[in-house]
Order: sequence, then structure tokens, then C-alpha cells
Amino acid sequence: MFDKGKLNQLQSQKDTWEEGKLKKVLEKRPERKKEFTTGSNKEVGRLYTPLDVADLDYERDLGFPGEYPYTRGVQPTMYRGRLWTMRQYAGFSTAEESNERYKYLLEQGTTGLSVAFDLPTQIGYDSDYPISEGEVGKVGVAIDSLEDMEILFKDIPLDKVSTSMTINAPAAVLLAMYIAVAEKQGVSADKLKGTIQNDILKEYIARGTYIFPVQPSMRLITNIFEYCHKEVPKWNTISISGYHIREAGSTAAQEIAFTLADGIAYVQAAIDAGLDVDDFAPRLSFFFNSHNDLLEEVAKFRAARRLWARIMKERFGAKKEKSLMLRFHTQTGGSTLTAQQPENNVVRVAIQTLAAVLGGTQSLHTNSRDEALALPSEDSVRIALRTQQIVAYESGVTETIDPLAGSYYVESLTNKLEEDALEYINKIDSLGGAPKAIEKGYIQKEIQDSAYTYQKQIENEERIVVGMNKFMIEEPKPTGLLKVDPAVGKLQKEKLAKLKETRDNQLVNKNLEELSKAAEGEANLMPYIKEAVKAYATLGEICDVLREVFGEYQQNIIL
Amino acid sequence: MDLAKKLLKGDKRTLARLITLIENDDPHAIEVLKAIYNHTGKAHVIGITGPPGAGKSTLTDKLAKELNKRGKKIAIIAVDPTSPFTGGAILGDRVRMADLTNNPDVFIRSMGSRGTLGGLAKNTLGVIKAFDAYGMDYIFVETVGVGQSEVDIVKAVDTTILVMVPGLGDDIQAIKAGIMEIGDIFVVNKADLEGAHRTMMELETMLDFRQDEGWKPPVLEAIGRDNIGIGQICDNIEKHMDFLVKSDKLGYARRENVKKEIIEIAKGSMEVHIFNNNNKDNQLEILAERVANKEQDPYTASDEILKSFINRGIKND
Amino acid sequence: MDRPIRVLVGKPGLDGHDRGAKVIARALRDAGMEVIYTGLRQTPEQIVEAAIQEDVDCIAMSILSGAHNHLFPRVMELLKEEKIDDILVIGGGVVPDDDIQPLKDAGIAEIFTPGTPTTTFINYIKENIIR
Ligand SMILES: Nc1nc2c(ncn2[C@@H]2O[C@H](COP(=O)(O)OP(=O)(O)OP(=O)(O)O)[C@@H](O)[C@H]2O)c(=O)[nH]1
Ligand SMILES: [Mg+2]
Repeated sequence: MFDKGKLNQLQSQKDTWEEGKLKKVLEKRPERKKEFTTGSNKEVGRLYTPLDVADLDYERDLGFPGEYPYTRGVQPTMYRGRLWTMRQYAGFSTAEESNERYKYLLEQGTTGLSVAFDLPTQIGYDSDYPISEGEVGKVGVAIDSLEDMEILFKDIPLDKVSTSMTINAPAAVLLAMYIAVAEKQGVSADKLKGTIQNDILKEYIARGTYIFPVQPSMRLITNIFEYCHKEVPKWNTISISGYHIREAGSTAAQEIAFTLADGIAYVQAAIDAGLDVDDFAPRLSFFFNSHNDLLEEVAKFRAARRLWARIMKERFGAKKEKSLMLRFHTQTGGSTLTAQQPENNVVRVAIQTLAAVLGGTQSLHTNSRDEALALPSEDSVRIALRTQQIVAYESGVTETIDPLAGSYYVESLTNKLEEDALEYINKIDSLGGAPKAIEKGYIQKEIQDSAYTYQKQIENEERIVVGMNKFMIEEPKPTGLLKVDPAVGKLQKEKLAKLKETRDNQLVNKNLEELSKAAEGEANLMPYIKEAVKAYATLGEICDVLREVFGEYQQNIIL
Repeated sequence: MDLAKKLLKGDKRTLARLITLIENDDPHAIEVLKAIYNHTGKAHVIGITGPPGAGKSTLTDKLAKELNKRGKKIAIIAVDPTSPFTGGAILGDRVRMADLTNNPDVFIRSMGSRGTLGGLAKNTLGVIKAFDAYGMDYIFVETVGVGQSEVDIVKAVDTTILVMVPGLGDDIQAIKAGIMEIGDIFVVNKADLEGAHRTMMELETMLDFRQDEGWKPPVLEAIGRDNIGIGQICDNIEKHMDFLVKSDKLGYARRENVKKEIIEIAKGSMEVHIFNNNNKDNQLEILAERVANKEQDPYTASDEILKSFINRGIKND
Repeated sequence: MDRPIRVLVGKPGLDGHDRGAKVIARALRDAGMEVIYTGLRQTPEQIVEAAIQEDVDCIAMSILSGAHNHLFPRVMELLKEEKIDDILVIGGGVVPDDDIQPLKDAGIAEIFTPGTPTTTFINYIKENIIR
């Protein structure tokens, strides 16, 4: 991008500056630290100049918005055309209460729903299983059967909203329920818009709500790809997630490396199952974290987009433009929030919001300031949403596309992150791909090492977290925190008992048996799951049938 | 001798506490072990070793379940390396055996290899005795097969299972020497992975060169994770014991092991005494100083220590 | 006696976020302790039984799902049933302040909320183990 002769000239000018002016100042006043690093421990230079991006080729490496390799964004107009979707993850205790919250959020201007499920639901247990004791309705809404799902979306027109569901191992079941609710509202499946997370590999890596072993889990995922391609074409069939990988302590480079490695595994599995890459790849979406190192995060998003486009084109020979585009949702980093002086979190979230927007996100969830303490209150959820709105309407960063492009530092960092991520991906390929690397514990170990390094840096005060290891104050105990009513568990149990009396149990059994037979064979399981769901078989019953056939995943720990 | 009595009565918490005492080289433990020694010798002790991540814990979990189904009580000693720098350890084998935890016929104990006086082998033998006297039918000892001390433990058991995985190739060559001697049963685990048959063939070829002692070590295939091939391994565990009994090798082998054990214990006690004496009159320090200054050679110094050792006697103090 | 302190680190309940538990496990190891790591999705029954078999000095549990009010006291109940009073039991996780005193009343010695340095944790264990 730069003229060779000019660069040489610049190099000698830079040498002169370093030997002269800079040296003098450094002798008098050394810099604050010996080593400067990004939030992810990457060395940061004193100054970036064209010399650092000498090899950058505009056309090859950046291109134009909406064009390969999509470094500058996936749409030609970006936020000048339409702002990102402000999507706040919410959902707690019962379907009734969550339904109220959704309606409140829609009134406040949220444009998409995001459903959080409780842990038993995420692991395919009903509320009345002994192991669910104490967990029902805690981190999200408890869904035991289609009945709960009907309540959850009562009076919410499913052809108008887009709904994102954080559900993985039993994603097929919850998706089937959603389709069934829509059909009851008179909305056909092809009108439905939304996302299921459906990313099992990162559950093994970082989040822990797995059920089945790798192989059958991958089958369920490809079943969903295939089914949705035919029946629910506007649905995002997977949200390949780096968010939790980052929360588990990874660096920025690891976040994109491991996420894209998972992505490669899904694409490969679907191709191996006989699908055409351009049939399902346009519905793949991604989910990333946004941390405090503003410029590193922006570079991360840009690098991820470029790397994925290259992988899809070069490795998988995808042809459709949509297959090459990495579209992503972002959530601000939960692990960056402090329990100390929680108001400071509002500022952190604002920086992270900026990073996501400057990085070209398609949708965003901003965390509430009290997230490190308990479930967010309505007030803090509103502030979180307002933060997005301020960035959208007041900051000015939305008025032009990819405004940080061409910054020597940001471009150089984008290159570096892509390189680092690619190196990891090659390593994972050499181990036999992401599923094998996970079974060997390799990915988990890499993340744990980063997490441990980070923790030690905090404790040595090599890294400062304001209010936590510096600038502390005596604080009054936080008050007014929202708590889940412990009666939820009891309520759900009662509902279940009643349901089991009133539904057609013969039909339930018949449908479950058919599902079991299908699971033993090779068929696409979605239609069978949908039939079971419609007969009001519970989530636990359906997952138990599959557990029986598939077995359960055993975690691998290398510490 | 409260602890011994309680242990023989089958008190679980006494067992747990006794193991702690043994691990910590507590003199009290020796007293208890002396008192229960007559009640030992009934259990079948099985060593499970192999490279890191081969699936030893997974297999042990499944074997224990199968033997338990056959009506047996099982102890599992899972040894993981202690960090030589900090003395700490992360003992993670239980993760693979989580659903054995609440089985009343199974007792799992994780041990750090610790670098203590007398070595790991000595303490493990003590722990085996505790389990034996407690009434366990099978005692599994899982160790990572890399260091010498692990091989030592394996030599102290009745049956050694060597766990391999497909595609080890060079590793097999490297551990060949060790393998030839110690394995009684060879398991190629992870047979779902490519190359299992080749690895089995390689093992069998190697074993053909082994001296015939009346027992031809079987090479078995397993997928521990999916509970496949487990019955076969259990059958061979039983067969091996039959063989040991019928061929009278059991008595012989155990006698040989006891010989080694006596030497180990003696070595351990000597080490302790040398250190204890040093604490009293600095003998070791003084000798070391002299040897370092080339005023004396280490052999003479050692003779001197042994002499004073004999003169002082070996009273416990 | 100079012996390593033995600590069971476990995650009761269904929550799968084990970053904290793993960091703690490593920190305790680096402080010279023997850590029995039992992994995810442990029932209180499993935790207590493992603690007995391993004869640990301390049980350290982490819960981030909000199920602490059920799971922590349940562990204490089971220990009481087994008449065990010489194991130090501590907890960590997102525990609102209002919940801390009741948990202490139930016998949990200390609750560590997010942001607690591992050194605080290590020192607490060293100073408070019962035997
Ligand atoms: N593919 C496959 N994986 C297996 C099999 N058996 C065990 N594993 C996996 O191998 C990994 C290691 O298993 P462990 O049982 O912990 O192995 P180990 O030899 O005890 O490991 P260390 O104690 O750490 O040396 C785990 O991820 C298991 O799930 C098998 O038959 N096939
Ligand atoms: Mg093991």
C-alpha cells in the first residue's frame, strides 16, 4: 500500500527520532513500565507507523464493506443503513415472569428477544428431577414442556420479533417447541427469525452444559442445519461462540482461534453428512465477547471476519457471498465486571460497547453493572440498554463505516491476531480437528494457562483493575439486588404433575419410542422431536430417551 | 490399638485416617500396620499403568463396576505426580470415577507421589495393606508409567495391566524394555481410534520374545470410554490369579516382593535415622562439608555414618 | 507435622463455569497443597463421600448458578450426619451479601466472592484447618 522508497525514507527518519529526541527524553524520564501489553498480554510497541503495515494490500486484506474479505464489515452501508440489534439476554424463574420481562423490554425499545434458560433446562433435566433441586429458575427460565413455552411467548407475535435462545445440548428440542408455539399462533415456520446457540463444542471447552458425547451431538447439530434449510430458512441454526471461551480466561487470539476451529468442525461435519456448504453456511452466525482493551478488541473482530472469509473460500470452496460472511452477536465481558464499586462497571460496559460497534457487530447485549453480584435489577438492565443507545445516537462512531481502518496500530494488530489465530488453528488441525483437540484436553489447557497467568498478574498488580486491586474504598454492602423466589421449583413441579395427568400419555410414549428408534438409526431427528414435543412430552423425557441411546459425555480435565 | 480394631471392624473413616497416617510417615501408622499384618494377604492387588491420558482411570472405573457386579469389593489407589518444586499436587483421577463415589463397595483414594523419605513405593505398600486388612477383594493401583518409582510399585502387585493406546509407535520402542518384564495383561485402549490392530500386532510380536514363564500375557482390545472389552479384561484378571495360585508363583512372587519391601523399609528407616542424627549433632553436615572440601571422600564418609549408626542402635526416638 | 494440606475442590450443582475452581486448584497446588479435583456436576452426597475417602482437611466448593442456598447447607447437613466436624468447609461464587450470614450459620466457615485473591484463599485455609 506504501511506496518502497518512501518507506525506506521513513525508516531512517524513525531511526533518527529514536536516537535523538526519544532517547533524550527516555534518559531523563523512563516510561511508566518496562513492557507494555494488550489486555491479552500481547506486546504493544511504542509507536506504529506505515512501516508496521508495509505488507498490507488494501484490496487483498481490507476490501470494501460487504465485499470479500469483509474486514471492513459485512454490509455495504453498515450502521448508516441500520443500527445493530440491541438484544438483552433475559429470562428467569418461571415462564410467566419472563414473559412479563420480555414485554417490558419490547416496550423499552429492544428489538430482539434473548432467552436465558435455567441449568436443568440447558442440561435436559425436568424441574422435578432430584439433581435439579436448588437450580430451577435460577439462571434463567425453567422450561419443562411445550406448555411452558406457550406461556413464555404469550401475546408476543413470533412473526414480528426475532428470538435468540441460549440453548445448546437440547437445542433441537427447544427449537421444536418454538416452532410448535408459532404454529399455534398461526405463524408458519418459514416466517420465524432468530437464533439457537447450538454450539456444543464450546460447552465441552468452557461452559459445561453438555449432555451427549461428541459424535451424536454433532449429528443433532447437522440434523438441525438440514431441517432448517428446508423448513425454517430464516433461522440462524448455530451461534458459534467465543464468548464463553473468553470468559473462561482465554486471550483475544485464542477466542477467535478456538471459535473458528469449532466453526470449521461444524462445517466439516455438515459436509460429511452430505450437505452442500452453500446450503447451510449462510445461516451460521457467531458470538463474541467484548473486553476492555478497546483497540485490541476492534482488531479482533476485524481479524475474525477476514480469517473466516478466507477459510470458507479457500478451505471449503464456498461460493455464496453469505457463506463467507462472519456475522456476529457480541456480549460485553461478564468477567471484566467487578463486585467492588459496581457503578464503575457502567463505564467498562460503555468501552466494550464502543469496541463491539467499532468492530462491526450485528447485535449486542450489554451487561448490567450488578452482574457480578446477582441477577440484574430492572434499573441496571435499563442503564445497560441506554449505554448502547448513547453509543448509537450520540457518539458519532456509527456515522461512517469501520472508522478505525487504516490506523497503523489497529491494522497491525488485526494482522497479528489473524496470524496468531491461524497458528492455533493449524495446531488444532494437526491434532485432528477441534473435537479431537477437545477430547485430548488441549484447548481447555491452553485457556486455563491464560486464565492462571491473568490471575497471577492481577495479584502481583502487574495488571490493574480499578476498584479491585487499586483505588479501593470501604464500601457499604450492596442492596436492592434481585433474587429468585425459591418457590419457583415447587411451582414447576406442580405444573409438571398436572401436565402428566392431563396429556395423552399413550401418544407421548408412542412418540418417544419412535424417537428412540430413529436415534438408533440414521434419520434426521428433528421431525421425531417435534412430534414428541407436540404431544407434550417433557424436555427431560426426550433427553432421557436420547441419553439412553447416545450415552453421556465425560469431561476431560488436564490441570 | 484402637485404630487397628476399628479398621478390622470395617470402619471407613478409620481406614481413611490410617491412610493419611501412612502417607505422612507417621510412626503411629507403623504400629497399626504391625497389628493388622496378619489380616493381610487375601486381596488381589492389580497395578494399572501406562502413558499419561491412555485411559487408565476410565478403565479402572469400568473394571471396578464390572467386578463389583461380580460381587466384589474394590479399592482404588490413584497416584498422580507431586510437583517437585512446591510439593503440591492436583489429583484428578476421581473425575473419571465420579459415579463410583457413592458405591458402598468401592473406596477410592488419590495419592500424590510425594518425594518423601522411603519413597512412594513404601507408602503405597502400606496403603495396600490397610485396604487388604479392611477386607477389599481387589485393590487397583493406578500410576502413570514413566518413572522408576512407578515401576517399583507395579513390581509389588500381583497382576500388572499395561494400558496402551493406538499409534504410540516410538513410545512402544522406548518402553519396550520395561514392558517385557512387568506386564501381565496388555490392553490397547481407545480401540475406536485408528491403528489399534497394528498396535496389538506390534505388542504381540514383542511379547513373542519374552521368556516363557507359563503365562502368556494376553493383548486385549478395549474402548474404556464406551465400556467395551471390560468383561474380557476382568476374566483375564481372574485367570491370572488362578495361574499364580496353581503354578505356586503367587507365594514365590510375594516372597520376592516382601524381600524388596524389607530392604525398602530398612533403607527408609536408615535415611530417617541419618537425618535425625544430623538434626542432633550435625554429623551429616559436618561430613558433607569435609567431602566438599576434598578432605574426605564420600565413601569413607558413608562408612562413618553407618558405623555411628550401628553404635547408636536404631531406637525410635 | 510437616505434611501437605489436602483440599477437595469441587463444583456442586449443574453450573459448568469452572474457571474459578481450576484457578484455585492450581493456586493451592502451587502453595504446596494436595488438591483432589472432582470436577463438574457433583451432588452433595458425592462431595461428602469423596471428602471422607480422601480424608481431606478442607472442602472448597464453587457455585456460580445461584443454587448455593440449597447446595452448601446440604453438604453441611451430610457432614453432620456422618458426625464430621474436623473438615473446614468454604465456598466461593456469586453469593449476594444477604445470603452469607445464613450460610455461615449453617456451618460454612467462609464465603469468598468474586475478586478474592487466591492468596487470601490460601492463607485462610492454612490458618483455619482444624487438624
Ligand atoms: N477415544 C477414546 N477416548 C477414551 C477412551 N477411554 C478413555 N478415553 C479418554 O481419554 C482421556 C483420558 O482418560 P483417563 O482415563 O483420564 O486417562 P488416564 O490414563 O487415567 O490419564 P492420567 O491419569 O492423566 O494419566 C479422557 O478424555 C477419556 O474420556 C476410549 O476408549 N476411546
Ligand atoms: Mg488417571
